[in-house]
Amino acid sequence: MTYGGQPPGEDPVLSLAGVTVWLGGRPVLDDVGFTVGRGQFVGLIGSNGAGKTTLFRVVLGLLAPQAGVVRLGGRPWARRSRSVGYVPQKVAVDPDIPLRARDLVALGIDGQRFGFPLRGAARRRAVDDMLGAVDAERFADTRLGQLSGGELQRVLIGHALISGPRLLILDEPLANLDLRSEQEVVELLGRVARESGVAVLLSAHDMNPLLPVMDRVVYLANGHAVSGTTEEVIRPEVLSDLYGHPVDVLHVHGRIIVVAGPTPVPGSGTPPPASAGG
Amino acid sequence: MTATGPWGLVGSMLVAPGFFQSQPVHTAVLVGTVVSLVSGCVGVFTVIRGQAFAGEALSDMGTLGGSGSYLVGVSPLWGYVGVGLVVAGCMDLFGVERRRGRDVATGVVLGAMLGLSALFLYWDSTYHAASGATITILFGSLFIVSGITIPATVVLGVVGLATVAVLYRPLLLSSLSTDLAAARGVPVRRVGLAFLLLMGVSVSLSSVAVGTILGTALLIGPAATALKVARRPGTAMAMAAALGTAATWIGILLSYDSVDWPPHGRGWPVSFFVVTAVFVFYLLADLWSRRRAVAPHPGGRVRAVAGPASGTG
Repeated sequence: MTYGGQPPGEDPVLSLAGVTVWLGGRPVLDDVGFTVGRGQFVGLIGSNGAGKTTLFRVVLGLLAPQAGVVRLGGRPWARRSRSVGYVPQKVAVDPDIPLRARDLVALGIDGQRFGFPLRGAARRRAVDDMLGAVDAERFADTRLGQLSGGELQRVLIGHALISGPRLLILDEPLANLDLRSEQEVVELLGRVARESGVAVLLSAHDMNPLLPVMDRVVYLANGHAVSGTTEEVIRPEVLSDLYGHPVDVLHVHGRIIVVAGPTPVPGSGTPPPASAGG
Repeated sequence: MTATGPWGLVGSMLVAPGFFQSQPVHTAVLVGTVVSLVSGCVGVFTVIRGQAFAGEALSDMGTLGGSGSYLVGVSPLWGYVGVGLVVAGCMDLFGVERRRGRDVATGVVLGAMLGLSALFLYWDSTYHAASGATITILFGSLFIVSGITIPATVVLGVVGLATVAVLYRPLLLSSLSTDLAAARGVPVRRVGLAFLLLMGVSVSLSSVAVGTILGTALLIGPAATALKVARRPGTAMAMAAALGTAATWIGILLSYDSVDWPPHGRGWPVSFFVVTAVFVFYLLADLWSRRRAVAPHPGGRVRAVAGPASGTG
């Protein structure tokens, strides 16, 4: 189900309709559809195993869905599209790998090509500019294995952005980050979406760090997805319908907490839920 | 021993008479250098990709090819390359994803193939009176490389280096993260297969130099040493190639000298000296990198060295 629509007169950067994927005799995605517009920041929210990574593999063309259509930039889905930048989940960097931050960003230009890379002033400048754009100048010449989680995440974002994609996909980029790095990465991605017009589609199991920058949310559960603004989607009736189980939405100090279970009986000792916003 | 000076003494002790005129020495230097260059470059990727065990298995299984070659009377190089390519192909067939299962399967097949090698080596020494075959195959013998093996080594070496150059970027990307590489359109599976085949050729070449048992010493040792020091892949490959070449030259030199060492006779095995040099290089690099790790790193990770005393939040 999709709430709200696409700005008129413009093709969405990404649109999915009726995407269905079965893996191991089990439906992982069932009739999933949503759109991502130009420069939009979209959070793909779901618990572990909800199918977020599977959905990304479909969008990246690494997995063919049994049914459904994926369109990039209004055109039918093309495998390995250049217009998509990707930051995978958990890039386990071997401490011995002889690559500096700037080398990984440079691999974003032409890492898929065969043959030795050609060095040039223009190439070097492009890498320097990108390192600046993702606030990675300070550790540009540090080995990847010596970077902290947040630093590596920024370098990976630079790697994904340098080829000039229209859509940036990040799989759980905030996992295992400390609170400060988490905030820095979210701010950086919000800036990317706002200033360079690159649409950002980011998966997370917790939506709260994304609330300041997120334009739309795609909530994934039981293989189904609901999309819209936070106010449209994160509501007890919508999520209860999605989960097929009573779900409550609590607003605490500007944070949103989704909890299972029947609505608490008044006077039973459980704190009453704050009224759902929107 | 009257010396004309410290360097004269060292010189006369290091280089035995006739070293530079010897034809076997020329051949050994040529073949050893080619082998070291290829091993260094392929080795860096082997270490980065965590495929040292696959390399060791490929090399060990070459014993079957080498001993089989003696039985039919061809150069062991063909046996090494033949077995190396077939085994590399099989390794690729048996799953890329499940590393643990693959290691177990590799171990079982390795055992079976080495058992068959034992039989072949026994036949080599009984039917063909090739009593040196066992030592030559297991531990190599640079001084007796001859005939077609010499140009074949050079050609395979050039092909190997060219393959590294072609695969360079996709290999780097897929070594870092297969997801990242696949999303960029790198044919990860085929690149992985190509690299396994390249490793098969590379360990075949090093088996000619230092034998099937020590084949990975030249593949892994110099690469692991270089990776402790170098910060860039190109530098690491150049260093690994240089270190391997240096070790091989030292080995050739000392082995030539050792003809006069007890017991008098054929001289000590080249591979002993080569592998010892590789090991010493590795220890030195390890010491050096440990000392460097103590010094503060520019733009470093303060977090990593902060002790339990560092407060949180």
